[in-house]
Amino acid sequence: MTALRPAPLAVADARPGLLARLATGAARRPWGLYAAIAFVGLLALAAVAPQLLATHDPLALDYPHSLLAPSWTHWFGTDESGRDLYSRVIFGARESLLIGLGAAAVGIVLALVLGSLAALAIKPAAVVIDRFVEILFTFPALLLALLLIAISGPSATTEILAVGLGTAPGYARMIRGQILAAKGSAYVEAATALGHSRARIVLAHILPNALRPLVAVFALSVGQSIVWASSLSFLGLGVAPPSSEWGALLDAGRQYIVQAGWLIVVPGVVIVAVALAATTIGRHLQSHLERGEK
Amino acid sequence: MTPTSSSSWRAVVRQIVRKALSALVVLWGAATVAFFAQLALPGDRATAILNIRSGQAQLRTPAELAQINEQYGLQRPVVVQYLDYLRGLIGGDFGNSYQQYRPVTAIIGEQLGATVTLSLTAIVFAWILMVVWVTLTAGRGPRVGALGALVDVVAAGLPAYWLGIILLLVFGLGLRWFPVIGGTGVNGLILPALTLAIPLAGFMSQSTRTEFERALEQPFVISARMRGMSDAGVRVRHVLRHAVIPAVTLSGWALGATLSGAVIVESIFSRPGIGNVLVTAVSSQDLPVVVGIVTLVAVVYVLANLIVDIVYTLVDPRLKAS
Repeated sequence: MTALRPAPLAVADARPGLLARLATGAARRPWGLYAAIAFVGLLALAAVAPQLLATHDPLALDYPHSLLAPSWTHWFGTDESGRDLYSRVIFGARESLLIGLGAAAVGIVLALVLGSLAALAIKPAAVVIDRFVEILFTFPALLLALLLIAISGPSATTEILAVGLGTAPGYARMIRGQILAAKGSAYVEAATALGHSRARIVLAHILPNALRPLVAVFALSVGQSIVWASSLSFLGLGVAPPSSEWGALLDAGRQYIVQAGWLIVVPGVVIVAVALAATTIGRHLQSHLERGEK
Repeated sequence: MTPTSSSSWRAVVRQIVRKALSALVVLWGAATVAFFAQLALPGDRATAILNIRSGQAQLRTPAELAQINEQYGLQRPVVVQYLDYLRGLIGGDFGNSYQQYRPVTAIIGEQLGATVTLSLTAIVFAWILMVVWVTLTAGRGPRVGALGALVDVVAAGLPAYWLGIILLLVFGLGLRWFPVIGGTGVNGLILPALTLAIPLAGFMSQSTRTEFERALEQPFVISARMRGMSDAGVRVRHVLRHAVIPAVTLSGWALGATLSGAVIVESIFSRPGIGNVLVTAVSSQDLPVVVGIVTLVAVVYVLANLIVDIVYTLVDPRLKAS
């Protein structure tokens, strides 16, 4: 009996470690995905009904208790006016998530229009649009966003449009590639041979197949958009500080970095966590869709 | 041999010319987008310029407007303004700032050095981090490899502003190794450059790691090992050379990314540079400055990519053969 013992141990050793499975997303139970969904769910609740989660009034001034470090009463500490940072983060969820979702929607729709025209329009128009996308792509996303803000002045709407515009060229290229790949596939060739009309082929075959990955891309884009939007607010070019949108919280906390580092670390951690959660969900959707195709 | 090699050279030259022409088209397009962005200011432009200057919206007298129209040539047809703008760009003239009453090139010129230093230092740091990290962790079994890949992904996803703040808190305020604000010397450059370098290294590591692991399986690696070369020797002298090629092709992109990332980093660390100028110009709607900087970065991006492309065409023998 003892001779048989080493075998199961060796098998256990050969299995990739927890870290490996997390990194490749190959875990049988995707704990990372569960955590991401739980976190996003919590934030969605905060966005819909912040009073359920908040422990204090996010706007109540309390000067004697200003710049307190995190504690049992103030989980994330307090800001320069004694407002509870945890409650402010909770109340900021609605605006931050709406901006992220809005910007991702703007970016994807814009990319969808540009990308499908570049792939499907008749030759000269397609070439012009393709070039236009390439030209937009030479401007880094942040700079394209800043250009729009310089023209129309900072506001939440501009922030949404700016981030959407900034991210659109990259996605447009991706969508164009997807459509071209679908266009060259065997089932489209078969449909053409069967004598289906061009419109029918595009609507029934090319678009559904080319656009299936967009669900995953949208999730990835929401995470990215929240980061971009908060970068703009952080630069003082997005939503202005009285709001507790997370980027605005970062901007407001900058002056107190020496005395109260948590004012800037905590909103930053929340933003990074949201981006990570959205990316995790997007990656899982992506691999799920790819597996479904096989 | 001679006829084929001369005809293949001709193919290479033709390819380079084609790439240069297409880069030129993209540059022209970028300049055009930038020009029309300036026209997009809502309302009368001369009024908008005066309001931007004074920082308050009010009605202007015809005399005031006439002076601005004269100075910026706004009364001329748009096509003439456009051609003038293009001619100016070719001669290195980006127009005049609305707010500072100076040429945009002078404003950019003063600040460009600081940003380029930051950008290039960041790229060097990113290469060092990437090469060391990948050489140490790639192809070392599932655990170390997975840890390496995980670190790549996380590093690539870190938002610059947050990373900068954490570095500032830990190394500036906590350990006091580096100045917190406005260090202009070498010491003040390290944290801002690292802030840009860490995400960049994460991006480059992802593609380098894949190539590195593929190269480790190649016959020339086995033959080097059979000659008795040490593992470290094989990795550094043979594998690395193959693995970094995708990262080299990312150079143009890296330059654009660090230049635009400088906007955030210069703001965090209160460093001088075009990023800082850009943020001020955006908040005061000083469009010629904004457009000038944005166009400059786009030009750098296109030219860097063109150079990478040309070098690639010259170096890669497979392209010549085809």
